[in-house]
Amino acid sequence: MTARPEGLPSDKLPVGGAMRVMGSETEYGIHAPSAPGANATMMSARIIQAYANLTRQRAAGGAETRWDYTDEEPLHDARGWTVERSAADPSQLTDRPPVLDAEAVALAYGRQELEADGGDESGSLLMNMVLGNGARLYVDHAHPEYSSPEVTNPRDIVAWDAAGDLVALATVRKVAADPDLPAINLYKNNTDNKSVSYGSHENYLMPRSVPFGDIVRGLTPFFVTRQVICGAGRLGKGQDGSTAGFQISQRADFFEAEVGLETTIRRPIINTRDEPHATADKYRRLHVIIGDANLSQVSNYLKFGTTALVLSLIEAGQAPKIEVHEPVAGLQAISHDTSLTATVRLLDGRRVTALDIQWMYYEAAAKLGQETGVSDSFTGDGHTRDVLERWESTLGLLGSNPASAASSVEWLAKLSLLDGYRNRDGLEWNDARLGLVDLQWSDVRPEKGLYYRLLSRDRMQTIVDDAAIGRAVVEPPSDTRAYFRGKCVSSFGKDVVGASWDSVIFDVPGIGKLQRVPTREPLRGTEALTGQLFRKHATAGAFLRELLGLDPAPPA
Amino acid sequence: MAAQEQQQPQSRDVEAEADAPEAPPAAPEAQASVATQGVDDLLDEIDGVLESNAEEFVRAFVQKGGQ
Repeated sequence: MTARPEGLPSDKLPVGGAMRVMGSETEYGIHAPSAPGANATMMSARIIQAYANLTRQRAAGGAETRWDYTDEEPLHDARGWTVERSAADPSQLTDRPPVLDAEAVALAYGRQELEADGGDESGSLLMNMVLGNGARLYVDHAHPEYSSPEVTNPRDIVAWDAAGDLVALATVRKVAADPDLPAINLYKNNTDNKSVSYGSHENYLMPRSVPFGDIVRGLTPFFVTRQVICGAGRLGKGQDGSTAGFQISQRADFFEAEVGLETTIRRPIINTRDEPHATADKYRRLHVIIGDANLSQVSNYLKFGTTALVLSLIEAGQAPKIEVHEPVAGLQAISHDTSLTATVRLLDGRRVTALDIQWMYYEAAAKLGQETGVSDSFTGDGHTRDVLERWESTLGLLGSNPASAASSVEWLAKLSLLDGYRNRDGLEWNDARLGLVDLQWSDVRPEKGLYYRLLSRDRMQTIVDDAAIGRAVVEPPSDTRAYFRGKCVSSFGKDVVGASWDSVIFDVPGIGKLQRVPTREPLRGTEALTGQLFRKHATAGAFLRELLGLDPAPPA
Repeated sequence: MAAQEQQQPQSRDVEAEADAPEAPPAAPEAQASVATQGVDDLLDEIDGVLESNAEEFVRAFVQKGGQ
């Protein structure tokens, strides 16, 4: 439970610690072993379609809803300008619904299958869904992507991010059960080791009043080094993985710039995409693209929890005053050094390790937590103290005996497995079997995914239990606007014609035009504010009339 | 089912007490042999779930671009 200090308004979170509105995005690697040439976009659409079919069975009226693109602004740059559409890489144009042409659809599905699947009258495939747990599931480029609902703390992000892995698993099972379709595997990783990378992104809500330059200065040394606690581990070095060996991060070798708008080319350590998906003059949504997708719950928890703490430091003007010389090279040097002894040069001349920099941030965050009171055991916010303790103990283990962190830090867990094979079978780093271990580590099927094999033997620590993750597949978080979005979809799915991060659109018989309900305040639309309304009304019409203050329906 | 983690101690003092060993530690060789046995069992299990033909499987895993 989150303690709420007396007098704090319901739409404010305690400041100074690890609580913050945040969300995760996972692009899954996708592969059909029996149909290696299959079109990745079409396979991804099949995955979305499989979940639409599943939820149609689960929820009365169907839990599928189209995405509303009205407020997508992928070309807005946080530094204060907008890129011309003609100058943007086509992959950056994420605000237009992806359209599959008729030929591609027919190739992949055939008309009969489309009709059986319930493709709508226009013949288009569902590429985009809003789920009853408040998440978005859609085709992004050539991958299926799950974007978690907004949560307020790192424990909840672990639950709703892991819920995405269960959604992915459900789609894999559904496709596998269809004798007419080739089975599709999904992997929660970030590279094919053949020079292609796909992202795991984080989103954090910040006050717009924080100067972007402060964010860049405060975050860069932290992002260069946080991989030692939340890297997922990767076999091979270089973008194509051709240099033999093991490195800490899946993503490090794919970063080429310090600051920039792109996410698919010349990837920057700090991404400047500025789509707040909320009241734009109050908030910015910091879009973080440098992280690895995590299966280890502790790594995932620390990835979000420590980043939230560092953003609080930046907002308070208390981030460590350090600057890394050549941060992109430093990022890669640290990733390539599993001994954790590599150093980077600071602009003040000191040479420090990744752990040294992490300790500087830890000390500053611990001090701020104490000053603001959010890390107090009894009167704190209920999250900051736990993040600080785990951060401290993990850094301690990494500094004294890294192998002992293998039950919590993902790259060390994977490395221990690879070392086991190397020792038992005398394998070289470039042996294909080790490549398979690296890939299959992230298979979402528990009987195949090697992370899940370790988990089942109690070799991986957890933050949330299986029951909480199971609930997060169907229930939205209670304390953000995702509650409103998710409940609208699960309660009134057939009357919801579209939804996005900051709106839900209804088409209700008897109410003339489409009703677009804006949800631009991320901490409104909570269960505390709207739960009663959902419990009271069985129909979308009555619900909307009370919500919007419309005249009651005339008696029938 | 995964085991839940222990509750975090409330203060450093409590942590120090909790760290006190409750049983005499096993001899180092015995510990090492238990650890090795655990790894061997794990690798035996994983041998059974790895996809067949590792080289071909890894080569065929080709992705299109992403963010």
